[in-house]
Amino acid sequence: MIGNLPTVLAQGGVDWISFDIGRLVDQFWYNTVNGLAYGSIYSLVAVGYTLVYGVLKLINFAHSEVFIVGAFGAYFTFQFLGYESGGIAQAPLVETIVNLILALAVAMICSGLVALTLERVAYRPLRRKKAPRLVFLITAVGASFAIQQAIMLWRNPNPELAIQLIAPRPLFEVFGVSVTNIQLTVFLAALVLLLIADSFINRTRLGRGIRAVAQDPDTATLMGVNKERVIMLTFIIGGLLAGAAALFYIMQIPQGVVYNGGFLLGIKAFTAAVLGGIGNLRGALLGGFLLGVFENYGQSLLGGQWRDVVAFVVLIVILMFRPTGILGESLGKARV
Amino acid sequence: MSAHHFRSGTATKVPFGQRIRDWWNGLSRFHQWAIIIPVVVLVYLMPFLNFFPITTEPGTDFELALFNTARIVLIAIGLNVVVGQAGLLDLGYVGFFAIGAYVAALMTSRDSALYAEYPWLLVVVVGIAVTMVSGVIIGTPTLRLRGDYLAIVTLGFGEIVRLLADNIPALRGNVGFRNLERPPGEWSDGTRIFTQGDGIPWYWLTVTAIIAVLILVGNLERSRVGRAWVAIREDEDAAEIMGVPTFRFKVWAFVIGAAIGGLSGVLYAGQLGFVNNARFDVVTSVLFLAAVILGGSGNKVGVILGAIVIAYTPERFQVVSEYRYLIFGLALIVLMIFRPQGLLGARQRLLARGRQAYKRLVGKPEPVSTESPMKDSGKGTGA
Repeated sequence: MIGNLPTVLAQGGVDWISFDIGRLVDQFWYNTVNGLAYGSIYSLVAVGYTLVYGVLKLINFAHSEVFIVGAFGAYFTFQFLGYESGGIAQAPLVETIVNLILALAVAMICSGLVALTLERVAYRPLRRKKAPRLVFLITAVGASFAIQQAIMLWRNPNPELAIQLIAPRPLFEVFGVSVTNIQLTVFLAALVLLLIADSFINRTRLGRGIRAVAQDPDTATLMGVNKERVIMLTFIIGGLLAGAAALFYIMQIPQGVVYNGGFLLGIKAFTAAVLGGIGNLRGALLGGFLLGVFENYGQSLLGGQWRDVVAFVVLIVILMFRPTGILGESLGKARV
Repeated sequence: MSAHHFRSGTATKVPFGQRIRDWWNGLSRFHQWAIIIPVVVLVYLMPFLNFFPITTEPGTDFELALFNTARIVLIAIGLNVVVGQAGLLDLGYVGFFAIGAYVAALMTSRDSALYAEYPWLLVVVVGIAVTMVSGVIIGTPTLRLRGDYLAIVTLGFGEIVRLLADNIPALRGNVGFRNLERPPGEWSDGTRIFTQGDGIPWYWLTVTAIIAVLILVGNLERSRVGRAWVAIREDEDAAEIMGVPTFRFKVWAFVIGAAIGGLSGVLYAGQLGFVNNARFDVVTSVLFLAAVILGGSGNKVGVILGAIVIAYTPERFQVVSEYRYLIFGLALIVLMIFRPQGLLGARQRLLARGRQAYKRLVGKPEPVSTESPMKDSGKGTGA
């Protein structure tokens, strides 16, 4: 009977959701360190969303698939380089570094190519026809769906067997929390890439073109900016960074190479972009790190099974109360 | 601005569809019924027409395939209210479907602590009521957003519903609820009418529900509510300025769509007799959306057609069944480039009715300029 409702919710123990502030405090620094390492991945992917949104006012829903293709690219590079799946490789340090850089290059190229193809095949014809915005979004959803399913049919629904190049090993401690070699590498490498992207957008001639188109496409065109080339460039940059993120992702989560592995990460990265202020490159950076950390805090507070809900809730709350994000949109309006 | 309906600027010269429509609108009420009734009878007789072109691959049950198709048709009609008529892109529609199914499970499965011997019709009513309330709960915060932002947030809500089903022990996650109650009734020989194996009664029940929903939605479409929806879909700002309380009507669209989704969920749970957390993922949502877009969002006949394509072709052709998600994903891309209005585009209801009235009054068709207001060339484009 309906009167049973309280008992029903308590069924199987009441601990399906908790509000454990003690645990949050205890694990604070652990979560912060961990969250920053994840957050750097979100940041890299978020840049792709934010750039495309800044220039085209389009949520590139298929960006998550751009990311996962990079992960497969990196994975197959590992295989090609002779790493066995299952165990942890014991190669000399220099060799490992060289191989990782190789995999990074392959992943970036794969993702960049997918992003570029997507732009050429799916979005450009729509721009030519001046299609309404929702048509773009539906196309993006269709593309995301198609790429995901193509990968599933090619491989299978199961994740690829994990390949680990480096064993996680604690390097040093901050606030009583050990930082592993993988976390440090990923964090620093991502930071370097993000700084390169930032100075590219803000300091080079091509970057100025991107900013100009984001601000006012028509005027930019009149001023001699090649809009189509700028759009291509944006997709390529987004793709390259997503590819890099993919390698860092499978370094941290080696069993993450699976056809739908990009979906959730894509949503989270998009959330990060919105959190920081969509269209704003530094916002994506900040949003990524913040989301990574928040997610871990939420996990401690509410319990591990609610980890993925945190991102959705953050997204909804931000869109409700401050749709321009923390840093505000520098290059366009988020709410039209 | 993003509330525009999905249609390219090229939709002005669709002579064929328009001719069919004019022909249909030109018929008298009597003639229209004379066509509708045999079609409806034929639809009810479908389970007995299981021969060559319309059949299923060996190994698939034709009657159950019919039921599943009808179920998707019902969902598509519901989603069409949200996406097609009000122009709100909802990527989390499966959430409402899930809520309907879970209400049925919680009320009629002995695995549930809320179990009691409720009459089955009450389950339907409660299922619809609960989904409507959840439509208000989800719609009130999200519908202040527009366009693609709304899409992403609804996606988030859909996922939250699924994660709740995963994580709340009372909803039994993957284990699920078994032996759901089915509608009562016995054949003359004493066997139950509604069983899991026999698709025919379920098919008939769903078709009846579809007809009821079509009448309801059709009436809404012709009412003030429907006109408000079209206004919102075509230009939300203009509608707001003209005094349409856009937010309220958007919530209404959401709630009515949710109710239909919930009804479909109850039927689905009843036939299967089992509900767990599988099958309520985004993939399913996108598949529903594909049905609406493929058929022509905003056009009821089109949407029904789209749902039949999505649900029936995989049952009919093995090849399609294997690659269905890939095919439908690619179909969305290709369709958006070449025919964004779908197989059958949305008719401009208001315009069509205006022209009809003009024709009746003046006795000749209104001169239609080629610069039809249907064009929304370039406004609110992504480029």
